[in-house]
This record gives sequence, structure tokens and C-alpha cells, in this order.
Amino acid sequence: MSAPAERLREETAGLPSGTDRERENLAYTWRKREGILGLLSSVDHKTLGARYIVTAFAFFTLGGLEALAMRIQLARPENRFLNPDLYDQVFTMHGTTMMFFFAVPVMLGIGLYFVPLMIGTRNVPFPRLNAAGYWFYLIGGLYLYASFFANGGPDAGWFSYTPLSASEFSSGHRLDAWVQIINFTEVSALIVASSLIVCIFKQRAPGMSLNRIPLFVWAMLVTMIMIVFSMPAVIFAAGSLNSDRSLGTHFFNPAEGGDHLLWQHTFWFFGHPEVYIIFLPALGMISCILSAFCRREIFGYNAMVLSLVSTGFLAFGLWVHHMFATGLPQMGQSFFTAASMMIAIPTGVQLFCWIATIWGARPRLEPPVLYVLGFFLNFLIGGMTGLMLASVPLDLQLHDTFFVVAHLHYVLIGGSLFPLLGALYYWFPKMTGRMLDRRLGILSFAVLMVGFNLTFFPMHELGMKGMPRRVYTYLPDRGWNGMNLAASIGAGLIAIAILLYVANVVKSLRRGRKAEANPWRAETLEWAAQSPPPAYNFVRLPIVASRSPLWQEELGYVTGMPTDKRELLVTHALDAAPSHREEVPGPSGIPFTFSVILCLALIGSVFSPWWLIIGSLASIPPAIAWYWTEEKP
Amino acid sequence: MKRAAPGTLLLLSTGCRARYAVFDTASPEAHRIANLHWLMLGICVAVAVAVLALLGIALVRRDRGRYSDGSARRVRAVAAGAAVSAFLLLVLLVASVLAGREITAPGGPQALEVRITGHQWWWEISYPGSSPSEEVVTANEIHVPVHRPVRFLLSSGDVIHSFWVPRLNGKKDLIPGRLTRHIFQVDRPGVFRGQCAEFCGYQHAHMGFVVVAEDPARFDAWLAAQRGIAAEPAGPSAVHGRTVFLSSPCVLCHTIRGIGAFGHKAPDLTHVASRTMIAAATLHNTPGNLAGWILDAPRVKPGTRMPPNTLAANDLLDLVAYLESLR
Amino acid sequence: MRAAAAILALALAAAAAGCQKSRRVLHEKAPLAARPESIALGSLEAGPKSPPLSMKNPYEGNAYAETEGQRLYGWYNCSGCHFRGGGGIGPALMDDVWIYGKEPGNVFATIVEGRPNGMPSWRGKIPDYQIWQIVAYIQTMKAERGVSAAPGPRQEHLQAGEGRTSR
Repeated sequence: MSAPAERLREETAGLPSGTDRERENLAYTWRKREGILGLLSSVDHKTLGARYIVTAFAFFTLGGLEALAMRIQLARPENRFLNPDLYDQVFTMHGTTMMFFFAVPVMLGIGLYFVPLMIGTRNVPFPRLNAAGYWFYLIGGLYLYASFFANGGPDAGWFSYTPLSASEFSSGHRLDAWVQIINFTEVSALIVASSLIVCIFKQRAPGMSLNRIPLFVWAMLVTMIMIVFSMPAVIFAAGSLNSDRSLGTHFFNPAEGGDHLLWQHTFWFFGHPEVYIIFLPALGMISCILSAFCRREIFGYNAMVLSLVSTGFLAFGLWVHHMFATGLPQMGQSFFTAASMMIAIPTGVQLFCWIATIWGARPRLEPPVLYVLGFFLNFLIGGMTGLMLASVPLDLQLHDTFFVVAHLHYVLIGGSLFPLLGALYYWFPKMTGRMLDRRLGILSFAVLMVGFNLTFFPMHELGMKGMPRRVYTYLPDRGWNGMNLAASIGAGLIAIAILLYVANVVKSLRRGRKAEANPWRAETLEWAAQSPPPAYNFVRLPIVASRSPLWQEELGYVTGMPTDKRELLVTHALDAAPSHREEVPGPSGIPFTFSVILCLALIGSVFSPWWLIIGSLASIPPAIAWYWTEEKP
Repeated sequence: MKRAAPGTLLLLSTGCRARYAVFDTASPEAHRIANLHWLMLGICVAVAVAVLALLGIALVRRDRGRYSDGSARRVRAVAAGAAVSAFLLLVLLVASVLAGREITAPGGPQALEVRITGHQWWWEISYPGSSPSEEVVTANEIHVPVHRPVRFLLSSGDVIHSFWVPRLNGKKDLIPGRLTRHIFQVDRPGVFRGQCAEFCGYQHAHMGFVVVAEDPARFDAWLAAQRGIAAEPAGPSAVHGRTVFLSSPCVLCHTIRGIGAFGHKAPDLTHVASRTMIAAATLHNTPGNLAGWILDAPRVKPGTRMPPNTLAANDLLDLVAYLESLR
Repeated sequence: MRAAAAILALALAAAAAGCQKSRRVLHEKAPLAARPESIALGSLEAGPKSPPLSMKNPYEGNAYAETEGQRLYGWYNCSGCHFRGGGGIGPALMDDVWIYGKEPGNVFATIVEGRPNGMPSWRGKIPDYQIWQIVAYIQTMKAERGVSAAPGPRQEHLQAGEGRTSR
């Protein structure tokens, strides 16, 4: 073997590097277009995934600034930093941004980036649809923030209960903006979900039968299926609210036969699975990290998969626990108590399996592992407070207080953000070809751990002392002053921790140590591609024979795939035996055009119904072009 | 920066109990919930500590034998963990359901009925009498007799609010178009702060109220006094104050029974001086606070429905004197 | 980078323009005098003509004022005579027939001064800014506002028997 080929073999960690000619052809076939057109027409799942992640973190920053503004306002009683109007907009924007524009899209982005790599394929099955999905997401976010900066930000909470969100109590276009962005974000989620479900079922590497799918891919599969079932509920709810506000329907007007609880039921039917949509991918990330650093497979694969699936399933049966104070019948509420407690069992099984994996492995305490340990502590606290809130009598005391704020941040930040930050550290070498700085990584973790607990632990006490949520200030004689000040100081520390993490990323992008293909010696297929992966992912598509392909002796590969056409290998859903080859379209400017037109139609409809009509008509030509052309490279 | 972590069992000391409204109970309902809380907290903390201990051991232990992802001992350990968790969850579920039944018991025929209608951002309280003329209407301050169940019928005149007195029971939402029920029974006389607990607009933060529990004789006396019409003003200042009231914007929204002021959009002021706090438990009921509130309510509560008023200084003083005479 | 700068510039422009429709003032100033000065009913005055007072509705087109106006319209029982704008005891407010002038300033004057045959004078009883909010609401009732104008506040009639207001 010649020396360059040897090096390339190392770079691809076990997969054959192929001939120079193959690589040239593939690079040409899968190339992007140049310049601004290339930016707008890209259909590479990695580009789109990275865009989702970066955009999500931009929104995370904005949401974090909103949180800081709230904490400054609440640091002292009767503070005058934010008036109630602005505070209401800020806390609504914080919740909406974090839930709709950060937490779900970042998971979508990581899934979009890594699932095709992990299952050994070249791209997702609907590349142009995915491109359109990203533009929906971005334009929706820009519209929301443009409204916010123009004093038109929604101000009825991220959950927008009626009648406060109905036109009588929320005048102008503030809530119309909220209602519309639901469409944008949820449509983009549905697009990614449908792509990834098809991808996972039909494009796995030959030999990757169902019981060899990596746990992260299982987690993403369950998450995507949950998206498919839960997003329509919120689109229905938001659509009904939109209709009530603009058309004069009475879905939520009890005087005309509607019901305010209809809003709560339909919203929370989505809202509860939503938090599990945010949580489940993090569980998958933890499995990735632990198996790599413990240098062994995760213990109890079947139990882990069954836990993921049952968590996803049970998540749809919990929603009424957000409504325990509404006077629903006691027996019915107890059912939801039982379900809310029951969902702790599969999560517990996962925790025990991870402990069994770690037992005896002596993992190196690199930052990804530290973040996982942080998850253990914080999520355990969050899960315990969740059990307390699942009980109806106790929830009747703690509902809508800062206790719930503490709980939700412990499970969302502890349960999702910590694993996310660890996973980004873990996958940074793959995405960028450079390693993150280890000391900065440990420092940012430590500051986050301290800051996060300092911010949110006192909130448990605040709730038990009687402080309700969503208040722009509080009276000085209630005994809440000290805890609020502590929480505000902690918020500053969280900001510092995030800044350190970002500084690490920025520094390492330019001067980080160059990464090889598999710096962590992990076992899943994404580590067989170069760092960063070329547009075509793998020169030769791998064949797997076990759950840990890169720990096998030798990795087989597929021959016969053309290098002059964009083709994917479609395999059977259960045992991943090869089925046929499918040609997929290349870069195209049509998705961008189509989504811009549709977005303008939806945004314009807030101001006048004519936009909807004109926009719908205007979207027909790009739609026709989309269906009638196959973009050749 | 005091940080007493509720996760420690040392909290059972009464000193800490007094600082936490949810545990400083004054009713059997709240007491039951507090007991449930201690049970849940105990079990949850024990489980969390155990899991973290296992994690700690797992991190430091070094494997001697071979690892397989299906090794029998570990499978048994994980299964045992799942089984123990399931059992403990069942215990918590049963405890929760039993407690739930106790705090929502209907109260029986001897319960006192109180109707509460939530508004943005104050509480309209009414005690139905045996006939409509016996009805007592007041605002933001509820009196109840001790040792007698009180059943609340809750509804709202605008958006969803939530009625919550931490020391007496959990909360219940006030939903427009629906009638919800709530109940508690107070064990001992005292004054208990309550607050709206469902985001309802600009002044949700300042929508509080007060529950005064007193022994039955004093309660009956209070109810009888509240039933009466406004006291006649004594002294020229209060008399002029009444005139100021009747010729100012006040009459369009407020009621003072007996003098011909019957606005129904704002708190009933017939006995305003008998209340300990004004502005929905935001300000203590003192002449200075009252004057400031009348002059410039939005300064205290931006977004409030009560407009600022321009009154000549003497008019304001007389008006306050009159209102302070309405016991 | 340039795309980001363009977006930022657009956002700043939007912020600078603000959105008058969404503006909310949570703390109006108290009226200067306990009872506002009388507004002239005719245009005859002694001496040279004074420059006309600006009687533009400061809340015209403001959505919050329109909803507040709708609330106050019910609270102060305008609906008792004018019903939901169709009139009854009092004249209709949603048609084009205005006995005492249809400009916002005229409507304001009518509310402040009262008019013969039953319109009470609200001078000193409703603060000026609330009267302007009511005028803003009345302005949304006009039948000829056009299809493409933004919709006015909806009538929700939320009380289905359990509420206690509007007695």
C-alpha cells in the first residue's frame, strides 16, 4: 500500500479509502454550487444540520439574554428595570425561543447531521424538502424577533392560555405573531422528522438490522415519530386560536359553545411530548458518549431500546398533569398521576443500564463525560421534583410557582442541555476537524454546574414559600428577596459558562489541535468518515456485522455504487438487506424560493388575507418546478 | 444569601417549617399535603442518594472479570433497580390518591359557601345569604370562621385566574364560563396571604388577597356589619369627602351602598376601612397609601384599570377621611 | 457576514419605526384639571381667529386603545343606549350619520359635553385618555372602513352565566 493510501486508511478508521479516481468522481458528483447560490441551494444534510445547530444557538443566546433581563428585574423586589408590558413580552419570548427555536431545532440539527453518518448512507432521502424546512425555521424566527423588536412581541406566555390570548385581551398583532411562528417551527420539525424516519428505516448500511442500530439513532427515531404525532396537535390549536382571533370563530369562547380547556388540552397534548422530544435525543447522546469513553457497549441494549420506545409512547399520556388545578374530575386526574409516575420507570432503567456500563470501566473524565455526570446529578433532582409534581395534591400547592420553574429547568437544562454540550464537545472534531480545548471545556462545565444550581435550586424554596410564576415583581415583605438575588447571581454565572464554551469553540475553530477520523476510538460509523466528512460521507459505503462496527476486525464495504450519479442505497426496513438504488436530487434554489413565498404568505396573512391568496398562487410555479425537475449535479 | 437545602431531613425542625408557607399549615387540607410532601421528599431523596452513590462507586471501581452487555449479575441488578423503583412509585401513587381524596371532600351541608369572581386584577367576594338582600359583597379580603369547612365557588369575569392560599390548601383555577369548587377548613385564627397563581396580565404579580380566620362569633359579627349600608359620615371633612366621591369618576366604577353609588366594575367600597390592605393586598390600608392609590394608581400597579385622578388637595384629604370612616 | 449586517440593520430600522399599533401605555398621566375645559360648540369667537386646537385622536389605530375602548364602552354602559353600535335609544354609531360631527374631535366633544335628548355629559367622570380610547373603539365600528383595514376587536361575550360583571 502506498504511503498516501495508508494515511488515508488511518483517516477513515478502517474503511477502505478507495482509489483517487473514485474520490474525485464522488467529490464532483456531490459538490455544492459556488457562492451565494451555493448557500441558498445546498441540500447536504451536514450543511443543513450544522445550520440548524448554529441558528439554534443564536436563538439560545437571545433567549439567554431574555432570561438575564428577567433575572435582573427579579433580583430586587419592586424593581423598575422592566415594566410589566416589557416583562410579559420578555418571558413569553424566552419560553417561545427556547422551546420552539432552540431546544427542538438543535436536536433536529444534530439528528440531521449525524443520523445519516451513523447508519452509513450518503444523504437524507428528501434533500430539497429538508432545505425548505430550514428556511421555514429561520424565517419564522426572524419574523418573531422582528415583531419583538417592533414592540409587537407576544406577551401571553409561551403557552398562550385563552382567553388572555384571545383578541379581547390581547389586541394587535402580538399574539398573531406567536400563532404564526408555530406553523413555521412545527412544519420544519415535521419535515426533518419525516426525512429521518424514512432514512432510518430504509437507508441503513447493509447488515445493520434493527438490533444493531446505534442507541442514538433509536432515540432519534422515537423522537421523530413523537414529532409526527404531537406537532399536528399544536398546529391545530394555534390554527384554532388564529381563527378565533381573525375570523371570529368560537373554539375557545364558552359563551358560544367553546371552552377554554379545549385550548389547554390541545396545547398540552403537544406540550408534554414536546419536552420528551427535547429530552430523548439527549438520552441517545449520553449512550454515545458513555460507550466511547467506557470503551464498551452500553449495557442492556434491548432494555435501553424498549425504554426509549416506552418513554416515547407514555409521553402522550401525561398531558393533564399541566391542568391539575382546573377542576377536572379527581379520578381522571389520578390516571395522569399514575402515568406521570410510570414514565419514571423506563427512564430509571436507562440510568441503571448506564451505571452498569460505567461500573468498572473507569472512564476518563473528559468534558463529555463530565457533562454526562452533570446530567446524572441535575436530572435526578429534576426527575424527583417531577414525581412530586405528578401527585395531584402536592401539585395543587406547587403548580404555577417557582418550584415548577426549578423543576422544568432541572430536567430541560440538566436533562438536555448538559448532554447536548457534552455531545457537541464529543462531535466537534468530527464536524470541524479540530479538537476543543480540554481545559476550557472543563472550566466551562464547572462554571455551568455551579451557576446552574445556584440559579435554580433556590427556586424550589421560592415555590414552597409561595412565590408564583410569571410575576414581574414581588412585594418586599414576603421573604423572597434573598433567594431571588441568589438566582440572579447564578444566572450571571450561567452566562459566563456559555461564553466560555463559545470562546472554546471560536478558539478551537482556528487553532485547535487537528483531529483524526476517530480521536475518541468510538464505535459508531460516523467515526469512519473523515473529519470533517466530505460531501459524500464515505468513499465506500460500509457493511456492518455488529452493534459496534468500528470495533470489529474488518469493515466490509459495498461495491457497485456509481460515482457519477447521486445515488443512495435503499435497504429493507427490518434486516437492512440491500433493496435497490435510489437517485436523489442535487442542489436546487427551488426550496428556498418556495419557502420564502410561503413564509411571506403566512406572515402577510397576519396583516391582510390577500397575502395568503396571492402567496398561495405564487407558490404554485415553484411547486411545479420542484416536482417536475430533478436537479442534476 | 441563606440557602437551606430542602433536601436535608433537618428541615423537619419547626423553625424551618415556619419559613415555608406550604409547610406552615393552618388547615387539615394543607397539613395533609405537607405530610404527603415529606413522604415523597423522603423517598425521592433516598432514591436519589442511592443512585448517586451507585454512580460514584461505578466510577471508581475497576473491573476484574470480563464485561458483556448481558452479564447475568448486572441484569439482575438493573432488574432489581427497576422493580424497587416501580414499587416505590406505587407507594407514592397510593399515598397521592388517598391524600387527594381528603383535600377535595365536598364539606357537607354545614359548609359555608363563598363565591369568588376573579377580575383583572382584584377579587370579588360574595357571601350568598338566605335571600338576595342578605348577600354580602366585598373585595380582596375573605373572612371565614374557624373549624368550619368553607366551600368556594370560583369563576372569572375575564381571563383565567387561580385562587391560592399556601397555608390553607392547594390552588384552584377561576375559569370564565366554568364554575370550579375549592374547599378548606381553618384550624386556628389568623391572617393568611393568598395570591393569584395563573398568569392573567400586567398586574398578575400584584393580585393578592387576604384570608382572615376568626372564631364564629366574631365572624358572624363581621358578616352582619358587612351587610349594612355605608356609615354616615361624621364631621364636615368626611361629609365633604362623600360629596367629592359622588362627583368624581369614582362613582362610575365603585359601589358604596346607601349613598347612591352603584358602579359594579371595581371593588365594593362600602366597608373599605374594615380591610387591612388595599389594591388587592398590595398596599397596607393607611391614609397615605389610600391617597397615593387614588391619585396615581398606575404608579403602583402599571396597567391597572384604575385611572389616575386629579383632585384638589383638600378634596383628596376629605375623600380619604370619608373612606377611612367606612368601617 | 454581510447578510447578518443587513438583517441587523433591518431589525434596527423596524425597532426605530416601532409599531404604533402595538404601543401600550401602562401609566397615563392624570388629567391636568379635575374637570376639562369646555370645548367650543361653534366657531364664533371674539377677536382674530385662534389657531384651531388639535383634536386628532392620539390613539387612532392603536390596537390596545381599541380594546380598552371596547371594554370601557361596556363598563360605562354606552351600550345601554347605543347597544353594540347599532343604536336604539341613542343613535347608531356604526353608520355614516353623525348629528354633531363625525371627526374624532367632534365625537370626543359630544362625550365630554353631552347632547340634548339624552346624551349625558361625562365631563369629570371619565378621564380624557379613556374618552379617546372609547373614540378609537367607535372609529373601528365604521361600516366603510374597508375590507383591507385591520379587524377591530372581537366581541367575545365571554360570560356564559358564571361571570359577575356587566350587571
